[in-house]
Amino acid sequence: MKNSIQRLGNITIVGLKAISRNKLRSFLTMLGIVIGVGCVIAVVAIGNGATKSVENTINSLGTNYIMLFPGAVTQSGARLFTGNSNLTPEDADAIKAECPAVAYVCPTVRAAAQVVAGELNWGTSIQGVSTDYPLIRSWNVDQGDFFTDQDVKSTAKVCVLGATVAENLFPNGGAVGQIVRIKNVPFKVDGVLERKGGNMMGQDQDDTIVAPYSTVMKRLSGKTKLDMIQISAAAPNLVQEAQSEIEAVLRQRHRIPPGGDSDFQMRSQEEIAQTQAQSMGTLKNLLLIIAGVSLLIGGIGIMNIMLVSVTERTREIGIRMAIGAKGRHILLQFLFEAVTLAIVGGLIGVALGIATSGVVRHFAGWPIVVTVDSIALSFGVAACVGIFFGFYPARKASRLDPIDALRYE
Amino acid sequence: MPPRVIEINQLVKIYQMGEVEVRALDGVDLLVDVGEFLAVMGPSGSGKSTLMNIVGCLDRPTSGSYILDGVDVSKLSRDERAVIRNAKIGFVFQSFNLLARTSALENVELPLLYGEFGWTTELRHNAARASLQRVGLGGREDHYPSQLSGGQQQRVAIARALVTNPAILLADEPTGNLDSRTSEEIMGIFQQLNEEGKTIVLITHEPDIAQHAKRIVHVRDGRIQKDERIEQRRVAIGRWAVRHRSATHPGPSPLCGVGVTG
Ligand SMILES: Nc1ncnc2c1ncn2[C@@H]1O[C@H](COP(=O)(O)OP(=O)(O)OP(=O)(O)O)[C@@H](O)[C@H]1O
Ligand SMILES: [Mg+2]
Repeated sequence: MKNSIQRLGNITIVGLKAISRNKLRSFLTMLGIVIGVGCVIAVVAIGNGATKSVENTINSLGTNYIMLFPGAVTQSGARLFTGNSNLTPEDADAIKAECPAVAYVCPTVRAAAQVVAGELNWGTSIQGVSTDYPLIRSWNVDQGDFFTDQDVKSTAKVCVLGATVAENLFPNGGAVGQIVRIKNVPFKVDGVLERKGGNMMGQDQDDTIVAPYSTVMKRLSGKTKLDMIQISAAAPNLVQEAQSEIEAVLRQRHRIPPGGDSDFQMRSQEEIAQTQAQSMGTLKNLLLIIAGVSLLIGGIGIMNIMLVSVTERTREIGIRMAIGAKGRHILLQFLFEAVTLAIVGGLIGVALGIATSGVVRHFAGWPIVVTVDSIALSFGVAACVGIFFGFYPARKASRLDPIDALRYE
Repeated sequence: MPPRVIEINQLVKIYQMGEVEVRALDGVDLLVDVGEFLAVMGPSGSGKSTLMNIVGCLDRPTSGSYILDGVDVSKLSRDERAVIRNAKIGFVFQSFNLLARTSALENVELPLLYGEFGWTTELRHNAARASLQRVGLGGREDHYPSQLSGGQQQRVAIARALVTNPAILLADEPTGNLDSRTSEEIMGIFQQLNEEGKTIVLITHEPDIAQHAKRIVHVRDGRIQKDERIEQRRVAIGRWAVRHRSATHPGPSPLCGVGVTG
């Protein structure tokens, strides 16, 4: 037993030496495995990230969340939007007043602007919202206060800063009570929102300023219509009901005849999360296909190189057999060589996969989660590819006739 | 009476080439005792290599019996023959057949990798080093075959053949690729090893080389035509090995008495 282990060790060393003698070729052989394993790692990382991001979406929007956009959906499902919104603050008021299943309503307009505070300035997005905003998004102020309904009514020049904006404009703190200038209009800072972090698309949600929608419409964007209305149903199980109530109210207000297309559309939190999971799923499938194809090509590459190697080393095989190597010693030697190629390729692939995941996280902004499971999985797959595709050449080597092999030129 | 190493009876080897039967060996009888130095001679195609392949357990006879060192090896399986080759036979080839890009020491160690006895790395190194010393290559352990002359490469091959302390050394045209001076050197080593008790079977078609042996067997058309003892054998000029008479084999070989199981 001990002898067999000793011999096995010796034979594995023989295989290792053969690989290190031919470094470039060995590397090229591994390439398919490297890419394949890299893809598996990235796929699983992105897949886990997708799941996590959907969870984040649900958590950050709340299960009651409904988004109301301007623009029609035709019978065929295509979304038409002419660019002219027809959602008004009055629509929002009507929804709040007439829909019992609706708890909060927040008319929303958006603008992008450079914000100046003293010497410092910062480019960010301005959201015009109502006082329901913190309730809908469950987003409280950390310092100071949120603006009031009175501020909305009187188009007061007040705002609440996101944590990132506050940090950049007031690095030493003490933002509350200060004046920031947005498009040259001075706004008093009422408060700073608590930190929320990146959203599902990786954007920094704290890089924003919220102000009364009335003020933003009048002073900053000059728009008279809303970009969106954010709504919260009274309870998670009332989301469907709220959507039908809203639809009825708006169709009546917009005078849409029965059977006509609505000039607005709604999406619940669940639908938003689903769309997102879908687009990530598509990418995941694509990567899985690449992974599969690469592993296959990698395996064939290993088989090809091993076959070449067996032919090239026919004489070596003959010599080994003449001095006492059994068929299975030769088989093990070549199999070990193939598996080592695959596993080293797998190792490089794991590193590549982790690096790729990092790049995806950085540029696409998805949360990426690399797990030990996925590393173990790809390792196992790589080893199996090595055994599967290395077996045929190794067996071919082990069945050579020593006399013919010795005579081989 | 000295013990028998090779006992061959009515050995026949037939190659079937489609319709045609080639009788490469056609009823060979051959007895070789321990300590003999036998040269097999004959024209090209007479069956020398075929005989050597069977004697070396690389091939099986079509019929006839072959007892090597007390074991009937004529009907063994592939794996069983591999074990026999490893334990009882040391091959020396015309074209040296060393592994390229592998040091002299590692080449010599090679048979020990496949041995039934569990050699530790250290034991392997020591055995290989002693074997290299025995053929006068002490100090060349780390040279690659490409860094050695033809004669030196053949000496490494002889060291490799010796390392398991086999029952016979089998050399097929060992001087075929060497000039006459180097050939003499190699024959000197064979004579030296034979004097130390090693049984040697040498295949050659050069009469000069055959004259170094103690006995010559002439083969023709697959049969033994003549079997002669040489009264005044030729002594290799500049008997290099004599100067190394004191070199000893590394202890009693653990391979002694290895038989075939199964
Ligand atoms: N594998 C084989 N298949 C068919 N015929 C073979 C095979 N090997 C040898 N022979 C034939 O057997 C005969 C003996 O061949 P062998 O190689 O033993 O001759 P040899 O004495 O070694 O010749 P040389 O001195 O040229 O090496 C030849 O006629 C050869 O053609
Ligand atoms: Mg021959």
